Amino acid sequence: MDFSWLSDPFYQKALWTGFVNTLWLVAASAVCGFALAVVFAVTRLRGPRPLAMLVTGVTTVIRGTPLLVQLFFFYDGVGRLLPEIPGVRESLIWPLLRDPFFYGALTFTLSVGAYTGEVLRGALLSVPEGELAAGRAFGLNRWQILYRLWLPRAIQMCLPTLTGELILLLKSVPLVSTIALMDLLKAANMVRDETFLVYEPLLLIAGIYLALTLVLTSVMRLIEQRFPGARPAAPKRRRLLPG
Amino acid sequence: MPSDHSDGLLEWLGPILQGALVTLEIALLAYAIGLGLGLVGATARLSPWRPLRALGTVYSTLVRAIPELLLIILLYYAGSQALNALLAELGGDMHIEISGFVTAVGVLAFVQGAYMTEVFRGAIQAIPRGQLEAADAYGFSRSTRFYRIVLPGMLPNALPGMSNLWLILVKDTALISVIGFEELFFTAQQAAASTRDYALFYALAGALYLVMTLGSNALFARAERYVRRGQPST
Repeated sequence: MDFSWLSDPFYQKALWTGFVNTLWLVAASAVCGFALAVVFAVTRLRGPRPLAMLVTGVTTVIRGTPLLVQLFFFYDGVGRLLPEIPGVRESLIWPLLRDPFFYGALTFTLSVGAYTGEVLRGALLSVPEGELAAGRAFGLNRWQILYRLWLPRAIQMCLPTLTGELILLLKSVPLVSTIALMDLLKAANMVRDETFLVYEPLLLIAGIYLALTLVLTSVMRLIEQRFPGARPAAPKRRRLLPG
Repeated sequence: MPSDHSDGLLEWLGPILQGALVTLEIALLAYAIGLGLGLVGATARLSPWRPLRALGTVYSTLVRAIPELLLIILLYYAGSQALNALLAELGGDMHIEISGFVTAVGVLAFVQGAYMTEVFRGAIQAIPRGQLEAADAYGFSRSTRFYRIVLPGMLPNALPGMSNLWLILVKDTALISVIGFEELFFTAQQAAASTRDYALFYALAGALYLVMTLGSNALFARAERYVRRGQPST
């Protein structure tokens, strides 16, 4: 095992950029994807029929095709068609449309929206009807019922599943190394190409991903415990985490 | 020009369908091996012998915590190097180039096995203890107990997880294209690059994957009805 390349500032910088990009991609896609998931889930349950059918179709296609294919479709396919539309090159959003990060975030956001939307839909369905009726009896309007009662109760029910979805998102980030975006895997591939070391860079980022998974899981577990109305954690777990 | 588009599509349709077939072959083989690995892994994780239990836990935990693409690249190099080292140890200067097909199947099966381990472990643990004790009381041998009690008892619990893993596997076969193996997506990429109809060929590849996943959904629904025969409907 030869890790001497780690002292090279050039590789350090590449790895750091890859690390930061990975975190940004996860954060952006998780936040936008979750918002999209709420829209998807509520549309499928309460939206007008044509819209609900459209969401069902989009969800089916996204869940039934490989993420890598979607990434290439948006980046290589749509991304190459966009400049042919007159006026796009001069528009304000052109710098965004040239950035591979945008396509990565777009693909992941849609993916999180589709998968998490299904999870959320199931959770929304299992909120007892009586609680929503209670909201109506108190004179809450539809929006208040949605964001004061229905959504919080649903999220509370599916929080452990959401943790799993977040880990899945983190683990799909290396796919962007195929579209000219510097992530951890891309940085490792660069080191591999230049130093002819096969295992060291790959094992290093495997370790980083392992650590990130652990950190993310414990953070989410803390949120799960703090979430209002959550069941108290098992005594064994409580000893491991403060609070 | 529309005529150009249809020319490229006709020319590449054959190779792409061929690639779809290769994808299915890889997925089916990897799934079969993954099922075996999962059973072994679950047995290890439920074993009363501690080192075996630890080994099973390390396998399923490590593999599930590392991104699939990273694992595939890592195992691709490690696998071929390890095999060649083994051959060198055994018989002098024999050097074999492992075929892409074998690597693809091996790597995907290894990853699949780790996830399958967890599915089977949960399903086996959900079998009521009394049923196993009854089998023991009737003097069933270990293998009879497995085939007559454990397997039919756990399948209804395991099948939803197994069908999920199959879908994930079909989609994960696209990752094999990154190490340059010619399956469905790799062929679609070549077609896209040579005709410059990127969106068209990626959409076509996506549609073929969709046909595979939706088709297998229907098959798994039937299988689930079969293993749940005799159970009260939920």
